[in-house]
Amino acid sequence: MDLTNLTIGRIHEGLLHKDFSAQELTKEYLERIKNKNPSLNAFLAITEKEALASAKEVDSQIAQGIPVNPLTGVPTAVKDVIITKGIKTTAGSKMLETYSPPYDATVIEKLKEEGYVLLGKTNCDEFAMGGSNENSGFGPVKNPWDQSRVPGGSSGGSAAAVAADLAPYALGSDTGGSIRQPASFCGVVGLRCTYGSVSRYGLIAMASSLDQIGVFSRTVEDAETVFNVIKGHDPRDATSISPPPLKVRGGGGSYDVRGLKIGIPQEYVGSHWDAEGIENGVKKRVQEAIAVLEKLGAEVKMISLPHAPQALATYYVIVPSEVSSNLARFDGIRFGGVKEIHTSAYFRDKAKRDDPRQSALIEWYEQQRSHGFGPESKRRIMIGTHALSSGYYDAYYKKAHHVRLLLREDFAKAYQDVDVIACPTSPTVAFKIGAKANDPLAMYLADIFTVAVNLTGLPGISLPCGFAPAPDDDTGSPLKKGETRRGGVELPVGLQLIGKHFDEPLLFRTGKAYQQATDHHLKTPPLS
Amino acid sequence: MSLNAEEIQHIARLARLKLSDAELERYRPQLEGILDYVGQIQQVADSAKTPSSSLSINTNVTRTDEVTCIPGETAREKFLSPSAMRDGEFLKVPGVFET
Repeated sequence: MDLTNLTIGRIHEGLLHKDFSAQELTKEYLERIKNKNPSLNAFLAITEKEALASAKEVDSQIAQGIPVNPLTGVPTAVKDVIITKGIKTTAGSKMLETYSPPYDATVIEKLKEEGYVLLGKTNCDEFAMGGSNENSGFGPVKNPWDQSRVPGGSSGGSAAAVAADLAPYALGSDTGGSIRQPASFCGVVGLRCTYGSVSRYGLIAMASSLDQIGVFSRTVEDAETVFNVIKGHDPRDATSISPPPLKVRGGGGSYDVRGLKIGIPQEYVGSHWDAEGIENGVKKRVQEAIAVLEKLGAEVKMISLPHAPQALATYYVIVPSEVSSNLARFDGIRFGGVKEIHTSAYFRDKAKRDDPRQSALIEWYEQQRSHGFGPESKRRIMIGTHALSSGYYDAYYKKAHHVRLLLREDFAKAYQDVDVIACPTSPTVAFKIGAKANDPLAMYLADIFTVAVNLTGLPGISLPCGFAPAPDDDTGSPLKKGETRRGGVELPVGLQLIGKHFDEPLLFRTGKAYQQATDHHLKTPPLS
Repeated sequence: MSLNAEEIQHIARLARLKLSDAELERYRPQLEGILDYVGQIQQVADSAKTPSSSLSINTNVTRTDEVTCIPGETAREKFLSPSAMRDGEFLKVPGVFET
């Protein structure tokens, strides 16, 4: 039986009908990971022993006729910011290079109860900060569609794993687009849930009022299946909420979008789709995608989110502020820490300290943190420290919260007129590794369409909606030494749908309708 | 906004980061650029309502303060084992007053 490009649905059927065993399936994925991971660097840890043990357990369950759930025996990969008991969890950072958590995250507990199979922990930007996975302390991840390009970030490893068929689904986290943007760059589905709908207990915190765990998958159905398992109120996460019961909408089955009102924010795309900064190929594919939904019966109109142009600036005040607070716990004492500093005795020797009058403990903190954190973490910690410091708090942090509230009101007003908001997930296709490494602000601008969702706590999903050529290949720029161009490489484009709070069901319905009418999500990267 | 070396060192000190002179020169234009960009929020009028720092619709989520007893060595092991600075039942850290 062909075990390539399986969805969760097909795996579940296959296990029930004994087309393959959980162990056979797991071995197949592990084999693929061993072959492709050296070049993609999507996985930081491959948990072969644990995976085969879980799969064996599932097979024995099936043999005994015990009923299996949709995720039982389905292999998955988990972003390394989600803690897994006894399995090294690094958050992509040298600061946690030796950290083995003493407990599981709530989402992991839930998946364990379903009988999941953990293939490994995936690479990510350090502490989930970044838009390209180039900020990882353990090397960048390559985009399976073109390995000279980034997979997006911060959940680049999970996105690449699903795109390269190394896992049928993967968990990630999304604070400013870190699931949706890499999903868009890698041609897979990426779901960021309503804030509060998935427990953050066991998610290594980056920005606590924006972080959420979410899913990468090939199909919307699969994302829905996983969401239904990982969601739910958790008393250990004081911000988690049980979704209020939604009004049941009229209309046909799960694929009906007749009468659906879609709004396109003019501040994002321009009142006539004439905004600068969006690549032509991206514009075309997203317009075509919206046209598909129109053909299926949806109504489309331009809407206004007046404070959307300030969303990115607001984000880059609030997030670094929360980051500076959340990363203050990393001192190499209770957990983690940089190995070489732990083993060196220099800090006890006054003569070796930069400032011999400084306390040894402060020196310890400074050395651990300076060696353990990468440049982006340091930048954000410093921006946040500055924004929260005396004399600047009102101008930055407090002000940003006013803008955040105004943005929420913009969306609430828009949702009086429309049911769902649509736009490109990212203004560009995947860029070359290194292209934005020296310009942090240019990197931040990649999040321009995604951050408002996190600031307002709304759910968002990115759907593969076609391919566009990379503009740097189009300009016919000369080949660099050693570079081979795969003429006119086509890269994935993502359509983003944003829903009202807790309106994931509508996002799923719209996504399923779209995927029934198109086949972009079925395309796979060329074998390397 | 411009930041001089002293101001950046002050921020670094607050954040318990140590920056070399080379790093300082590398980060300075980047931090200035970012602060300039985010400074645009100054142009936005305050909202009429008072914002809160949390998105959650919950307020004051509490639970009773219960003592749960995890027997024997397991709990201690669980919480001390991730530390590289463990010294028996303690964590031995560099002195804060040591000069």
